[in-house]
Amino acid sequence: MSNSKRSDLDSLEVVAGNGLINRRELLGRGIALAGATTAGAGATFSSASAEPLRIDPWSLTIGSTIPAYETPAKYEKHVVRTLTNPNHEPRTSQARTPHHLLNGTITPNGLHFVVSRTGFPDIDPAKHRLAIHGLVRQPKVFTLEALARYPMESRICFVECGGNSAPLYNKDAIQANVQAIHGLVSCSECAGVRLSTLLEETGIDPKATWFLAEGADGPSMNRSIPLAKALDDAMIALYQNGERINPSQGYPMRLLVPGYEGNMNVKWLHRIKLIEAPVMAINETMQYTMRIEGQKSWQFYFPQEVKSFVTHPSPGHSLKGPGFYEISGLAYSGNGRISRVMVSADGGKSWAQAALQEPVLSKALTRFRMPWRWDGQPVVLQSRAWDEAGNTQPTRSQIAAERGEPRVNVPVTAFPMGHMNVITSWSVDNKGEVKHVYA
Amino acid sequence: MSMRSSLLIAAALVFAAGAAAETPNLGQSITEADLALWDISVSPDGVGLPQGSGTAAQGKAVYEQKCELCHGKDASGGKNAALVSAKDRTVTSYVPHATTIFDFTRRAMPWPQPKSLTADETYAVTAYLLALAKIIGESDVMNAETLPKVRMPNRDGFVSKYPEKH
Repeated sequence: MSNSKRSDLDSLEVVAGNGLINRRELLGRGIALAGATTAGAGATFSSASAEPLRIDPWSLTIGSTIPAYETPAKYEKHVVRTLTNPNHEPRTSQARTPHHLLNGTITPNGLHFVVSRTGFPDIDPAKHRLAIHGLVRQPKVFTLEALARYPMESRICFVECGGNSAPLYNKDAIQANVQAIHGLVSCSECAGVRLSTLLEETGIDPKATWFLAEGADGPSMNRSIPLAKALDDAMIALYQNGERINPSQGYPMRLLVPGYEGNMNVKWLHRIKLIEAPVMAINETMQYTMRIEGQKSWQFYFPQEVKSFVTHPSPGHSLKGPGFYEISGLAYSGNGRISRVMVSADGGKSWAQAALQEPVLSKALTRFRMPWRWDGQPVVLQSRAWDEAGNTQPTRSQIAAERGEPRVNVPVTAFPMGHMNVITSWSVDNKGEVKHVYA
Repeated sequence: MSMRSSLLIAAALVFAAGAAAETPNLGQSITEADLALWDISVSPDGVGLPQGSGTAAQGKAVYEQKCELCHGKDASGGKNAALVSAKDRTVTSYVPHATTIFDFTRRAMPWPQPKSLTADETYAVTAYLLALAKIIGESDVMNAETLPKVRMPNRDGFVSKYPEKH
């Protein structure tokens, strides 16, 4: 640091257009920064001094009884998923994660996204069975009790619907918030048994190259998955963020195929069949195929490719006047770790490298942070991530070159499978209002 | 992981099966016959199709009673998706194999009572949709022999993204 005695925010090194500040300068300054932020806030956020402090009523009485299972404070009731089918009509239901109201990288279980064809089944865990059969030496059936005795592992990874972020490919920039546009991705620590451990016990016929995974739900949702994934990092997950998986996440067990599109992480898993070739289930020949005008449709498109988006600030937030803000957001890749996130405040003309919050884990959400001094003028915020395989997010023109210009405006509820990872742009106007734009 | 290396690992697991004593081995053995009720998946080559048969005429009656409420008259769409349409992509114009329509109908439909259709009813409804889309004739009988031979209009409409490139 060239001058560690500087305490004035205005003197921090600006590294890209419209006030992006060198992240190393902030990270390295520690206590000096705290002084700088306070000074900045004092100067810009309010013109008057703070009110004299009083003793509040909660400081004058006893607290409430501690509940056996605690839910968030009553003041946080707005921090909920948005539901597309609250009356349970005969169609798919989606519940989206409110990323604009969360921080960190782990999604609380009650806020994890859901896409479900008929809702969640009421499964008696004592009667649930997992069958593994087909091209094996010996078909086996496992109870939950038996699986819970196996050596387990836990890992933090994201699950994302293949249709998440689909409205980014609309003809016009949809006026919706980050929950609507990017709310079909969530991240948890899952604990369970490696599928490969169970396959060691059933044996594998060399003719097997795929496996079918099927749920115990009414529609028996099913997908064909390459056997290579079973032998790589697939898991039978029993726990999510420390507790048993929630009903809409697949209680009592789900398949976890880290980095692969969400529907392949089959919930309420009750059958695995080793097979020679895909069964061409509806979810791999109709849904979760990618239709491209004038070309053949893409099928078996598994990894959720590198993506990032700014969560703070994002549409619905409003900035309270010029001064210091932290731009932060989420980055992830189904192909491994995030290696770099760049942030722009001038619509992509100039970029600065964001700080990545440790730990940066493979196939997990990674929080990035970028210090920013807003001067009160209109700006366009963007983020662009790279993964360790060297992949990066496409620009709008790159996506258009590959798939053609978007011709329609699909509603959020349609979420056509698109593996859409184009750069997201938020505009901030001179009143501090944040909106989705194309830039 | 490449397909080649995954196959090598698969082969290694097969040969290592004799050493499986190191794992907990808490699964119960079962025969394919005893899990047959669960083994409902159908492959494009027809493996998994049950006995039974149906025609479009028989399927029309089933459709009107159990499917039309959501999918509309003549499968043209209603509260839920059209299944046959001259202009939009539907399950009949898009999926590459007729077996998929049978499989999904049997496992998941009708929406409130999945798996309630008999094998004959499922063949018949499938025949009805295929005939409405003019993929088969009005009097064609669908069964385990004929259904896999139906040539869907979008049979060659897909390209696989797997194995993926990084």
